[in-house]
Amino acid sequence: MVYSKLKQWLSHGISEFGYIVILLLESLYWIVLGRFKSQAVSIRAIFFYMVQIGINALPIISVLSLTIGVMLAMQGIHTLRVLGAESKVILGLVLSVTREFAPLIIGIVVAGRSGSALTAKIGTMQVSQEIDALRVIGINPVRYLVSPVLVAVFLMLPALTFYADVLGILGGILYSSTELNHSVQVYILEALDLLSLDDVLHGLWKSMVFAVIITLVGVSNGFMVQGGAEEVGTATTRSVVFAITYIIIADMIFTFYLSHE
Amino acid sequence: MTPPIISVENLVTYYGRHQVLKGVSLAVEQGEILVIMGGSGSGKSTLLRHLLGLHAVTSGKIEIFGKNIQTLDWREEQEFRRNIGVSFQGGALFTSMTVGENVRLPLQEHSRLDEQTIAIMSRMKLEMVDLSESEDLMPSELSGGMIKRAALARAIVMDPKLLFFDEPSAGLDPVVAAELDQMILELRDAMRMTMVVVTHDLDSAFQIADKIAVLDQGEILQIGSVEMIKQSKHPRVQALLQRQIRTTQFDPDEYLERLMSGSGRK
Repeated sequence: MVYSKLKQWLSHGISEFGYIVILLLESLYWIVLGRFKSQAVSIRAIFFYMVQIGINALPIISVLSLTIGVMLAMQGIHTLRVLGAESKVILGLVLSVTREFAPLIIGIVVAGRSGSALTAKIGTMQVSQEIDALRVIGINPVRYLVSPVLVAVFLMLPALTFYADVLGILGGILYSSTELNHSVQVYILEALDLLSLDDVLHGLWKSMVFAVIITLVGVSNGFMVQGGAEEVGTATTRSVVFAITYIIIADMIFTFYLSHE
Repeated sequence: MTPPIISVENLVTYYGRHQVLKGVSLAVEQGEILVIMGGSGSGKSTLLRHLLGLHAVTSGKIEIFGKNIQTLDWREEQEFRRNIGVSFQGGALFTSMTVGENVRLPLQEHSRLDEQTIAIMSRMKLEMVDLSESEDLMPSELSGGMIKRAALARAIVMDPKLLFFDEPSAGLDPVVAAELDQMILELRDAMRMTMVVVTHDLDSAFQIADKIAVLDQGEILQIGSVEMIKQSKHPRVQALLQRQIRTTQFDPDEYLERLMSGSGRK
């Protein structure tokens, strides 16, 4: 019983992974070769998704990254006080925001905001035969629905991560300067001094991997919808849960390799 | 004699282990309206999806415009797609676009015409289906009959040689359904299209068909003119025409076996 369940679960997992890989290859194929087959990936669609996924998320991302920065500063000062090393708070802040928190928070926010929306959109289109309609018109659904999103998320996630780096560090500095009675300028200079390109890039690389995960998990769950509207809901939930899980696992693997270089 | 537009030979297809189509053969001639008629679960939707090239067949051959649609290369497939139009059961309009944008999309994707020409051509098709006022509406703002007509406009915008229509009268009141039937006939006469209409609506089928194929449990029971079908002696065709309840032979042993094993009907 347990064995057959496990077997079923495993074969399901493998076929889903295979499907995701095929989706990735197919959307890359259209991005590169689409224009030679008079099925170019629409630049307008890419910009549309960049605004929808990136620009429209700026308010929530601003609030979250400022808050995370403040939270990290509070925690840092609290912990470092035990060692009498509160003055090192900026170092901890700069490293943890750029290498860990900014990419992770952006990944989670975009997965929740846009990954789920992507699943819902494609799932609904599947239910209402819009995907079939695209195919009979001669529009490849992957080229039309997946490729522009992949490009948009891939460009926007690092940009948003960089934005969150700046705001997160700023939030932490503002809190630390009031708590430890130092001027903001001094801390900003200190942060700039401590920041290395490597740390920032470390976070940006991660966010690019997260971008691929969010897009592929979102669209694959949408395309796998069969049946009715209820399943769109299930697929949307599944998409968010899986995307966030994969992001955190990928994050751990990434951190392991990059901190052992 | 010119070869048929559609020729299906011995089409067999499975859904999992369940055989959906059990050797279907049919032909559609140039300019003809073929109605595929059958009840729920008869396999008519599956047959339509095969004709549209949306599913791979288990065995058998489907030739449309003289080419096997299972083995088209990329260029041939694009050519095939340009020459067919499909109006789906629920319309399948893209909900994020206006009616006008929906109708323009195939032209934008397949032609290199400028926007102005595309707009005029799509408006002409909207005029043909009496929707010229609704160009800027979203699909959610349309009534059931308007959605079907908008879907029809999108299906014919490329002037296809072959038009597929899935359940034109489903979900419509009898008057609107009759109007749509009329529109289908007018279109055929105006644009000399070959059509395949899938329906379970008898009135509609008799109204528009040149030829009717009666499909039941994955088999074509009979294929012929409206008169032939009406006068058919075939008991299952008669049952379908007279809306009789399907009677299956009752086998007590098999029934008991089914209850005991719980494996369902074989």
